Amino acid sequence: MAVSTESMKSLYLPKLAEVLKVEPLSEKEKLFQLRMKDGSRLSHKPGQFVEVSVLGVGEAPISVSSSPTRDGSFELGIRAVGNVTRALHRLQPGDTLGIRGPFGNGFPVSELLGQDLLFVAGGIGLCPLRSMVQYAIDKRGQFGKITLLYGCRQPAEQLFQGEIAEWRRRQDIEIMESVDRCPLDVSWGGSVGVITTLFPRVDIEPNNTTALVVGPPVMYRYVVAECLKKGIAKDQILLSLERRMKCGMGFCGHCQINNVYVCLDGPVFNYEELSKLKETEV
Amino acid sequence: MGIFISSKIDFRSSVQKMIQYNVVYGVKRKTPSFAFAKLFGSEELCLDYDITVLPPNRYLLPPSESLLRFNLIPEVSVRSSAEFQASIILGIHPYDLHAIRLLDAVFTGSLVDLNYQARRSATAIIGVDCLNPWPYSFAASMGTTLPPRIFDLWLTDLGDEYLIEIGSSKGESLLKRYFMTRDASEAQLRQRDKLRQESLTKYQLSLAMSPQEIPEILDKGWNSPMWEELGQKCFACGSCTMVCPTCVCFDVRDKIGLNLREGERYRSWDSCMFDAFDKMASGENFRPTGTDRLRHRLHRKGKYMLERWGELGCVGCGRCVHACLVDIASPVYAYNRLAKEVK
Repeated sequence: MAVSTESMKSLYLPKLAEVLKVEPLSEKEKLFQLRMKDGSRLSHKPGQFVEVSVLGVGEAPISVSSSPTRDGSFELGIRAVGNVTRALHRLQPGDTLGIRGPFGNGFPVSELLGQDLLFVAGGIGLCPLRSMVQYAIDKRGQFGKITLLYGCRQPAEQLFQGEIAEWRRRQDIEIMESVDRCPLDVSWGGSVGVITTLFPRVDIEPNNTTALVVGPPVMYRYVVAECLKKGIAKDQILLSLERRMKCGMGFCGHCQINNVYVCLDGPVFNYEELSKLKETEV
Repeated sequence: MGIFISSKIDFRSSVQKMIQYNVVYGVKRKTPSFAFAKLFGSEELCLDYDITVLPPNRYLLPPSESLLRFNLIPEVSVRSSAEFQASIILGIHPYDLHAIRLLDAVFTGSLVDLNYQARRSATAIIGVDCLNPWPYSFAASMGTTLPPRIFDLWLTDLGDEYLIEIGSSKGESLLKRYFMTRDASEAQLRQRDKLRQESLTKYQLSLAMSPQEIPEILDKGWNSPMWEELGQKCFACGSCTMVCPTCVCFDVRDKIGLNLREGERYRSWDSCMFDAFDKMASGENFRPTGTDRLRHRLHRKGKYMLERWGELGCVGCGRCVHACLVDIASPVYAYNRLAKEVK
């Protein structure tokens, strides 16, 4: 007897989405605004990710960069670095791609209500964090003091420059920026040095502050050390981990750290949990 | 549900009938080993084997299978696409059935993998007791010499006849349809118990502890010098994982047709022992050395799968012990040595 799954609903089946807008963020990153073709909403939580398909090339896990509080579309900030992301960079408005998800736990939004938020973004780490920054801005009254530290290698690599300029103008968010180095012919109003050099100037109330940290793996150890120095409790330091999530559902095995699946149990973990794992970067 | 007896002559003709009307995968001699393959005649079936090169789980999770098909022109469209024949797997040993029970937990838990589930429910399982294990097996130590009750029919070789136990209604209808049987006697049941008991003395490898102690021993032995000593010899060839009945990790890729209009997304077996398994597009690799990867694999088998799915990831078949080119893959060696080190 022949069996076919053609009419069945598979979790591997992406929904189709239309590219509404493509906007360069820097030399290597672009921002894609997308909308589901069937009119459904993504209904994600800040900090969750989706599996993005360029059919014929492949699928890659990408964090959602926009807040669910914004309209029916959603945004993905993507660096062209592998096969799929390079193919994504060739897409134009009107093109179709596939979306599965949202996957992962996302930031624990309800636990963050009433808290002071210390965002720490390294480079492309601002893409996932932006979903939570926007969320906190849209529901500004529900959160305490908001501080954002943003570090890049050099000024030209700073993402969302227009939006950051708007945030800077707001009185209810403190923004501190750094670059590892600044070419002599570029004007730069922030600090020069790695992101941890911003910490001495950070003024927070540690008992009521949650740190939300996203950046390259190498950044975490140093930023966590600074957060601990500031007196923030281990379980109040949240980090989002990057792994090679192929299925997003705990089957394929690629994102496993010890007995934890980043796609299901993460990508957001608090430092208390991570410090118990032997295989992490922190 | 009942236990029956079939003479070996009757059994052969039953299998012949079954092959006529079904796709049957059974154990064949493939000198000097044995392998599961499609049966075309009952004379090909060899049930008194010691081990097959590959475990039968490839009929549930094939080495490569289509997940979905897509069209790019004129409009982008996509649909799930697994196509296969309902089948009977004939001759599964108890340890391999324990592995399938673990696969069931992985793929049909809170999230259901459609491909696996569809294949699994279209598959009948007829197993057989392993009365003569091969020298690399340590199934007796792992407690996997008796079949978990997820079989449809279960056979025991009593010499001139097979004892046949029914495990499900699917098995019962197979029995009624194809087999000539009579009721088994008390004496024949006692003979089965005796044969099973005797087989336990034939295992040459054994664990120096109970399987329940493995997770704790691994926990204590994380920093053992053994990992480096074994891991630095690893070729990252993936043999140990390819022959493993509980390995489930896979890679997902797209293939586009020559007409550039249509294509498919498929998955194929992957291995956590390959050096690029944990490598990301950015170049970051979270388990860059053989030592990291060997430690991960043996933790997955002896600890992580148990914690996540309630079953140990090692059933003691010994295939990896035999397959490893540099003799570093053996779980029984690693667990025994760690036990000695940490006590």
